Amino acid sequence: MFDDFFVRALIAGIGIAVVAGPLGCFVVWRRLAYFGDTLAHSAVLGVFMAVFLEINVMVSVFVVAVLISVLLLFLQKRGGLASDALLGLLSHSALALGLVAISFMTWVRIDLQALLFGDILSVSKLDLAIIWIGGLVVLGSLVLIWRQLFAATVNEELARAEGMKPDRANLIFMVLMALIIAISMKIVGVLLIIALLIIPAATARRIAVNPEQMAFLSVLIGVMAVGGGLFGSLQWDTPSGPSIVVMALVLFLLTLFPLAQKLRSKQEG
Amino acid sequence: MLGTNSLVSLNNAGIHRANKWLVRGVGLSIAPGEIVTLIGPNGSGKSTTAKMILDVIQPDEGSKTSREDLRVGYVPQKIEIDWTLPLRVDRFMSITTRLSVAEIDENLERTSVRHLKKAQIRNLSGGELQRVLLARAIARKPNLLVLDEPVQGVDFSGEIALYELISEICDELQCGVLLISHDLHVVMAATDRVVCLNGHVCCQGTPDAVAESSEYKHLFGERAVGALAVYQHAHDHQHLPDGTVLHADGSITEHCHPEDGHHHDHDHDEQYEEKSNV
Repeated sequence: MFDDFFVRALIAGIGIAVVAGPLGCFVVWRRLAYFGDTLAHSAVLGVFMAVFLEINVMVSVFVVAVLISVLLLFLQKRGGLASDALLGLLSHSALALGLVAISFMTWVRIDLQALLFGDILSVSKLDLAIIWIGGLVVLGSLVLIWRQLFAATVNEELARAEGMKPDRANLIFMVLMALIIAISMKIVGVLLIIALLIIPAATARRIAVNPEQMAFLSVLIGVMAVGGGLFGSLQWDTPSGPSIVVMALVLFLLTLFPLAQKLRSKQEG
Repeated sequence: MLGTNSLVSLNNAGIHRANKWLVRGVGLSIAPGEIVTLIGPNGSGKSTTAKMILDVIQPDEGSKTSREDLRVGYVPQKIEIDWTLPLRVDRFMSITTRLSVAEIDENLERTSVRHLKKAQIRNLSGGELQRVLLARAIARKPNLLVLDEPVQGVDFSGEIALYELISEICDELQCGVLLISHDLHVVMAATDRVVCLNGHVCCQGTPDAVAESSEYKHLFGERAVGALAVYQHAHDHQHLPDGTVLHADGSITEHCHPEDGHHHDHDHDEQYEEKSNV
């Protein structure tokens, strides 16, 4: 069944959605949307490095994303620019540097469209294996650090005072972010990764009353967005990556109706 | 002062930030079953001192020692839960400790907020939140309970009830308590030892001994004497909003430490006497 490109696309998308759900919840809770965006933009630089050094694209994107986040931590500690200005600077510099550098390499043709918006319909069996194995590693690691990371998210001082080691959890979380960006870049593209992290989580928030429930719901919503988006793109011949995001947006808008409020207030008794 | 039995102790500890000493020369220890209260005006380093005790920040000078089996329960001054994070009271109870449903109920019952079990943390009133924070901290069965202004947002009768509850819990768990407070009168009723901070330790001792000492009257003013007196701080120096210090003689310095010229009747002043009279 993996021979059909549409089935492969569906399974790859679902794999990403399953991981993006819980990770996206932390991105939303910790207000890291811009941070994620910066990592995603740095992926363009990662693609250039991959071509230049002739290494695997995923590995290269992952390494560049980790380097950017370390650089960010260092610059934040040094003080000076405010966090959001710093992120804006790093984010767009990495994107522009990557694009300029790629243009110098006239002997390679890089599909910019695919880089920015993804090319889910060209997913190979190998890509599929990488997405699911990588995804399970990310998900497993997140489960392991969940308590520590969650305590640090609620209140870092409290977590530290009661022996939860928030620094280690934060660091691991950053690496997991870099990993998901590396494995999902090909599927939804650099510009849409963050949408897949944030929109399902934000949608789940409107229904959930507890953090774990929100994580679970955001997985469901992400899977629905991938399924709906892909079928829509097949039906109306629209670009697949953006279609998935549009579907996620539609689901979010649905929760603005009174039904979602009712679901939530029922559980708060 | 630093007994071998103490749960945690600071020895001449100080925190230096942005070219200023937030606190310096803090010596303080807490024994099991003992209630120690930190008092002092805003910006006197109460929270900074508590953070050193809690291992949230490491002293830049001096040292901190703690017993190996130290188990901290912390009630922060406030906790802000963003709208994006759905968090009910029952889930909040177990953020750092695994608890059974029975343990959650029992501890919420103890601070009389069991009926709020399913409420969102974000929607609690100030007093309700303080009680939930306390319930969460004691559910860990700590041997050191650190409370940062635990009666904030609680009305007067609730305040006394909460303090009684804290001393009851302290008796029952035989845990040490470090309390950071603004209210002198309640502090005097419940505490074993008072430590007065103002960028450094001004004075410390049992409430009675401190209250009767001339140093205390000198530091706090006559009005602070008596169990229900209104707490007013009348130090011989005042911390200005920009972090500098205005002394009784009208001089302004960067710090309130001995070498900067301040005028407490402490023995540590003597060695700096010449400088401080410049």
